[in-house]
Amino acid sequence: MPDDKRVAVLGAGMHPWGKWGRNFVEYGLAAASDALDEAGISWTDVQYVSGADTIRNGYPGFIAGATFAQALGWTGARVSSSYAACASGAQAVSNARAQILAGLCDVALVVGADTTPKGFFAPVGGERKDDPDWLRFHLLGATNPTYFALYARRRMDLYGATEADFAAVKVKNARHGLQNPYARYRKEVTAEEVLASPMVADPLRLLEICATSDGGAALVLTSLDFARRHAGTDDLVTIDAVSTVTPTFPQAVIDMPNFSTESAVAAPATGPTFKHAVALAAYEEAGIGPEDVDLAEVYDLSSALELDWYEDIGLCKQGEAERLLRDGDTTLGGRVPVNPSGGLSCFGEAIPAQAIAQVCELVWQLRGRATGRQVDGARVGITANQGLFGHGSSIIVSS
Amino acid sequence: MPSAKTRVPAIDGWFTLDDSPALLGSRCTSCGTFAFPKETVFCRNPDCRSSEFAEAPLSRTGTVWSYTDACYTPPAPYVAADPYVPFCIAAVQLAAEQMVVMGQVVAGVGVDDLRVGTQVELVLDTLYEDDEHEYLVWKWQPVTGGEDSDA
Repeated sequence: MPDDKRVAVLGAGMHPWGKWGRNFVEYGLAAASDALDEAGISWTDVQYVSGADTIRNGYPGFIAGATFAQALGWTGARVSSSYAACASGAQAVSNARAQILAGLCDVALVVGADTTPKGFFAPVGGERKDDPDWLRFHLLGATNPTYFALYARRRMDLYGATEADFAAVKVKNARHGLQNPYARYRKEVTAEEVLASPMVADPLRLLEICATSDGGAALVLTSLDFARRHAGTDDLVTIDAVSTVTPTFPQAVIDMPNFSTESAVAAPATGPTFKHAVALAAYEEAGIGPEDVDLAEVYDLSSALELDWYEDIGLCKQGEAERLLRDGDTTLGGRVPVNPSGGLSCFGEAIPAQAIAQVCELVWQLRGRATGRQVDGARVGITANQGLFGHGSSIIVSS
Repeated sequence: MPSAKTRVPAIDGWFTLDDSPALLGSRCTSCGTFAFPKETVFCRNPDCRSSEFAEAPLSRTGTVWSYTDACYTPPAPYVAADPYVPFCIAAVQLAAEQMVVMGQVVAGVGVDDLRVGTQVELVLDTLYEDDEHEYLVWKWQPVTGGEDSDA
C-alpha cells in the first residue's frame, strides 16, 4: 500500500495486567518507558503525546495525555486526550497517526492506562434520568454481560452454538495466554471447570466473562521516513489502517446501553452490522481482505462474542464461526489464530489501554518476538474492538 | 392483606397505565421513524431533518429476538430484592415499528421457557417498592397459546 497512508510502529510497551490497586499513571509510565526503550527514542524527542482517557480515576484520567506528559516531565510536546469508551486507545492511535500523516509531527507517543474497581461496571454516580447508561441499570437491571448474553443466546437458537462451544473459546484463550508475561490470568482451564463456574448471564458463566483489570499500554509511532532513518532499515512494522467508523442508521442490533434498536420503518437495515462495518472499513483502507490476515486480536468481552467477531472480521460467513472454532482454525497452529495473546479472557479489560495492547501484541507477533505464543510467519494482523455508544475500532498492522 | 401502597410508574411518560399497557415512543411526523424512549429533539434518520414528533403507543406484542437470565444482582442504581431473585430479560422484535425493545420478563419465566421467536405481550409489574410506593415498569410475558414465529 502507498507510504502516505502508513505510519511505523517503532516501539511497543505494556505494564502487566492485574489488580494492582496503584495509580493508573504508574502503569502508563511503565508502558511508555518500555515503548520508548524498544524504539530507541528519548522522551525529549517525542513531539506529540496522545493519551487515552480513563473515566474512573478523577480529573487526571479525563486529561490523560497531559497527565502522562507531566509525569514524564513537561517538554512542550503537543498533546491530546481521547475518550471513546472501549475504543479510547484506538482513537488515541488514530489521533497520533493523523498528526504524523498530515506532516505535523514525526514522533508520537500513545499511552493508555487504567485502575479499575471490582465487579460489574456500574454507571457513573448520581441520579441521571436522561442518561440511557444510568437508566438501563435502574429500569432493567441490564449489565454489560446482559447484552453479551443476548448475542450468545441468539447464536444458540439460530446457529446451533452450544455451551461447550463457548467454553472451548475460553479453554483456547487460556492456553494461548499461558506464557504471556503481560497477561493477568496464566492458568490452564478445562471445559469442565468453565461449565462448572457460576452462571452470570445465561448462557454465559463467570469464567467466560472478561474481568476488569489494571494495566497500561503504549506505542511509539513515527513517520516512515523518520523510521527508516532512525532504524536504518526498510524492514518496518507499520499501521496500515485505523477504522473508527460509527454505525449506520438504522442500527438493527441491540447495543449497550440502549433500550431499543433504531426503527427500520423509514430506511431498511440492509447494510452490514456495526461490528462488521468497523472491520470492513479497516480492510478497505489497507487495501487487503480477510484472506490476507495471519492472525487477529479481537475483543472477547465474553467467550461467545469471540465467535461473533470471526464473522464480523470476515474469517467465515455468518453462522460458521462454531465450525471454524471446532476445526481448530483459530487456535495457535491453526489457519488464522485468534487472540494468541490470550485475549481479554487472560487480561481482563483495562479500558483505555486495551485497544493499544491489541496493537502491541500484533507488533510483537510480526517481529517474531511473541515467545510461547508465536504465530509462525505472521505478516498481517487485525484488531477488532467494540466500545459503547457507537464507538468501535479495527486496526491493521503489517510487516 | 393486599398492599395499600400507591402504585406509581418507575419513570414518567414511558408507558401507559391502563389495563392494556403500551410503551410510549415517538414517531417522526416527517419520515415515520419510531423511537423508544421518545425522541424529542432531532430525528435519528440521517436523511430526515425533522424535529417534530408525535407520541406513539408501540405494539403491545412482539417476538423474542433474544433473552437471558440475570443470575447475579445488578449494581445500583438497580434496586434489587433482598434476598435477590434472578430474573429474565428479553429483547423483543416489534413488527410494525421494525425495532427491538428490551424489557424484563415476568417472574417465573426463564430462559428455558423462551426461544428466539416466542410471542410475548407487554404487562406492567412491580420493579421495586419502598414504604409507601410500588414502582411499576413494563415487562414482557409469553402469550398463552401463542404460536412461535421464525425470527
